[in-house]
Amino acid sequence: MAEEVIKLTRKKGGTLKDKVMEILPEGGNLNLCLTCGACSSGCPATGLHDMDPRKFLRMAALGMDEEIKNSPWIWCCSMCQRCIYVCPMKIDIPQLVFNARKMVPREERPKGILGSCDMALRSDTCSAMGATEEDFQFVVEDVLAEYQEAQPSFKDMQAPVNKQGAEFFLNQNSREPVTEPDEMVPLWKILHLVGADWTYGTKGWAAENYCMFMADDDAWKHITEVKAKAVDDLGCKVWLNTE
Amino acid sequence: MNSDWNKELGVKFTVQDPCQLVRKSFGDPVADDLRYVVKAVVGEENFIDMTPNKSNNFCCGGGGGFLQSGLPEERREYGRIKLNQILATGATYAITPCHNCHAQVHDLAEHYEAPYHTVHLWTLIALSLGILGPNEREYLGDDLKEVNMAEWESEY
Repeated sequence: MAEEVIKLTRKKGGTLKDKVMEILPEGGNLNLCLTCGACSSGCPATGLHDMDPRKFLRMAALGMDEEIKNSPWIWCCSMCQRCIYVCPMKIDIPQLVFNARKMVPREERPKGILGSCDMALRSDTCSAMGATEEDFQFVVEDVLAEYQEAQPSFKDMQAPVNKQGAEFFLNQNSREPVTEPDEMVPLWKILHLVGADWTYGTKGWAAENYCMFMADDDAWKHITEVKAKAVDDLGCKVWLNTE
Repeated sequence: MNSDWNKELGVKFTVQDPCQLVRKSFGDPVADDLRYVVKAVVGEENFIDMTPNKSNNFCCGGGGGFLQSGLPEERREYGRIKLNQILATGATYAITPCHNCHAQVHDLAEHYEAPYHTVHLWTLIALSLGILGPNEREYLGDDLKEVNMAEWESEY
């Protein structure tokens, strides 16, 4: 037996697809789909919640904005861009997904992403796990001292914090200082051996930016600006993000 | 830096091309650089590529906020393809140069009880340099817990 007929809900004032086309170069090529399905055949999210990239784009083309917004699938897309890579028309489906996320009221977006974004917004460390400037500096110095003592060949190793004018400003995902600090050490050792002039900063040290995944433009822009300012304030030439 | 430590052991490795680094930023040239480093560290004969790879690689499912989206069932179903690609190489170690990939590929192995370990690239570089201490081997299997230790580490 056939499923119920889908009634299109196109509203006046433009659809999600129209809006996204306005902000993307060449409109993200969203009108050029050949419906070949190359996107869906190589997308690991195909089939989740009865959705795939081609279907998603067709629904957008038909103005089914409500159905799109309400599908958990928009949180299953990892924005990996493989669909664009294999698309003969280079259609930007991930941007459509990103903007679909923006249609969901902020407080209704996934709690884990929301909480991580809001936590990062609370301080200039930008840490999604809420680690403070003092916490971070303490852990780095404590771990460094331990290794300088335990491993004689690294007694001169440094893990500088707020070193003015260093060439490289290195970010660090919060997970290491908070839950597995020993995992920071191999990279320190490599930097030490090659003689790299690097530093952490107490401000803007956290590498993650969940506000971007949340599709909160003001918030992810703020996080990025705080980090960029931290790099500039120390006069570092290169910003290294290991994410 | 060399792969002498692995000449007789012959431990096999594969690598997950991070979408952000490769497809979305620097393309195949950086994927080639990545392989140059990995092969130098583990030995060319001990590296097995996944299919497809480089810019055509499949995302593991750790990106885009998926790890925090509260959809673990969907995330692991998404990652099952990656799991099978890793298993098809026969490698016992998956190198994940990206933090999100590390979290997801590691979780896939735990969830599906797959027989591979998930390691950061810096861990293997340090291992091959003979500077990897005992406390920095959290993600290595028993086969590599004591391999290529420096002399000072026997003092522990």
